[in-house]
Amino acid sequence: MMRTLLTVALSGCVMLPITAAANDDRTQAYIDQLTAMGFPAPNENQLVHIPPSMADLEEADIHPELKKVIRRGYDLFTNTQQLRGKNVFNNMNCSSCHLGEGRMPFSAPIWPAAVTLPGYRGKNGHVNNLEERIAGCFTYSMNGKPLEYGSDDMLALSAYHQWLATGVEMYPKQPIYGRGFPAPERPAELSYTNGEELYQENCAVCHGENGAGLRVDGHTVFPAPWGDMSNNWGAGIVRLHTAAGFIKNNMPLGQPNSLSDQEAWDIAFYMDSQERPQDPRYTGDVKETAEEFGPTFHKHSLYGQIRESDGKLLGDHNNTGDKPFLKPDSVRSRSFD
Amino acid sequence: MCISIFAFRRGSLALLTFVKQELRPHYGYKHITISAKAYLFRTRERQSTVSKLPVILAAIGLATTAGIASAAVSGDPQNGKEVANLCVACHQADGSGKHIEGGESWPRLAGLNATYLAKQLHDIKDGSRTSPTMMPFVNMLDDQKIADVAAYYSQLEPTAGEGGQKADDALLTRGEQLAQRGDWSQYVVSCKSCHGPGNQGAGDVFPGIAGQHAGYIEAQLKAWKEGTRKNDPQDLMGSIARRMSDTDIHAVAVWLANQNTASN
Repeated sequence: MMRTLLTVALSGCVMLPITAAANDDRTQAYIDQLTAMGFPAPNENQLVHIPPSMADLEEADIHPELKKVIRRGYDLFTNTQQLRGKNVFNNMNCSSCHLGEGRMPFSAPIWPAAVTLPGYRGKNGHVNNLEERIAGCFTYSMNGKPLEYGSDDMLALSAYHQWLATGVEMYPKQPIYGRGFPAPERPAELSYTNGEELYQENCAVCHGENGAGLRVDGHTVFPAPWGDMSNNWGAGIVRLHTAAGFIKNNMPLGQPNSLSDQEAWDIAFYMDSQERPQDPRYTGDVKETAEEFGPTFHKHSLYGQIRESDGKLLGDHNNTGDKPFLKPDSVRSRSFD
Repeated sequence: MCISIFAFRRGSLALLTFVKQELRPHYGYKHITISAKAYLFRTRERQSTVSKLPVILAAIGLATTAGIASAAVSGDPQNGKEVANLCVACHQADGSGKHIEGGESWPRLAGLNATYLAKQLHDIKDGSRTSPTMMPFVNMLDDQKIADVAAYYSQLEPTAGEGGQKADDALLTRGEQLAQRGDWSQYVVSCKSCHGPGNQGAGDVFPGIAGQHAGYIEAQLKAWKEGTRKNDPQDLMGSIARRMSDTDIHAVAVWLANQNTASN
């Protein structure tokens, strides 16, 4: 009797620490896997969150109707091409840039948006909520027309983001580990010629010598890094540091951190020196547009600049790719004054 | 892909790459032609358009010559059928190959991309892919015969994969996850992210693997994992295979074997 009680008492005492230790072990294993792939370990004050997977969704104790919505969001995220011609006018899927179904650290994982928004966004100079942030990707990265706010598909995509953030507090005070596409240090010199050679050597086998990517049976296998079927001049990845961060942390597929910092930046410089559909914020004059959106955006891109290799003024055209309009109506400013 | 580099005056280089393309002419066979593209790389000096002109013209000239030269390695499926007499003992008359449980499985060739098939034969011949079984046969093939036999197998009707029929549900579920979504906790990207929708193959480089025999897929993934096969471009397959457990390799092999085949 005494022994039983003692056992119960003891097990009561150790239950919680064991659970905590198991969580610690899981987090440690997660970090170990990432550091083995060349990613930095988190700083002590950083927030490490392991987003749930689609297998976890099946087990989750949430309403079956909500599961359906999240599944729809996942489906849209990984096969955004189903909205081709309606909301998407290029070859991109959300998962083309946000690898690992939007869950990978250092590949702009999408759950941080769910816990840091509504928030002020420098790019458009006002407070954005999650839907408007998603609309931004459609406007620029998908060279498209955002899903309507409050629509079924927008609800589903938002729900997928929010569900991935399960368990994270709103507006976390700690900086988030692996957020965005952290860029390696910018080297002193960037070389277009080296970038081109490196691109042909490392990237062209999938993304094509001419940057057209590869599609099979109407599905994108490898997205187009430039050209009409790529993101437009307003997408985040036209900023050199974002492209360098994406490349360094994610490319070639399956071999993150295999390129040197210089190589990642040179490839980014080459890729972002190529033409693509017009920035939806285009005023009709590339210099004027570059200036107006310079401080918040284009100071990091090559838009409106002369390409040294051939003297071409980048972005000086009216080409909107397959998209039959320039700017979606949803691009507007907000003020609460 | 064959690459030649030519140096020109004023420090310029012309890089000529020959890109193999598949065409489907009206009478039903796939033929392989090779087109040439010229790239100009500028070195240190900044050049005027005028000084670039001779380089461009020279490159176009070379491209044209290359186009003529490459006609020699266009594959003819009719001739390839003759060559295939060497292959039927293992790969079967219909190109279905054979899954051999516990032994060396022979891959299904029917319906695979011709450029991919030709590259494998060349790689085995020059030693960049090791296959003691295939070696005596590829040594009997010249470039023309390789092109012909690859063209022949590419236009055969694909057959069903074997070796996955008895797999249990848990294994198949895991295999499906790896093939369709990957396991990013191990940084194993999905098969379809390179092998294309339905894993039916993408372009000339990434072969169709849906409906391939489980024994063959498993043996190849293990060969990549152990480093005994490394003729993939830029270690794209090797880097993934090295992160896969033997159980996962088995799971993905049996799941893929159970999928529908299609020409690619």
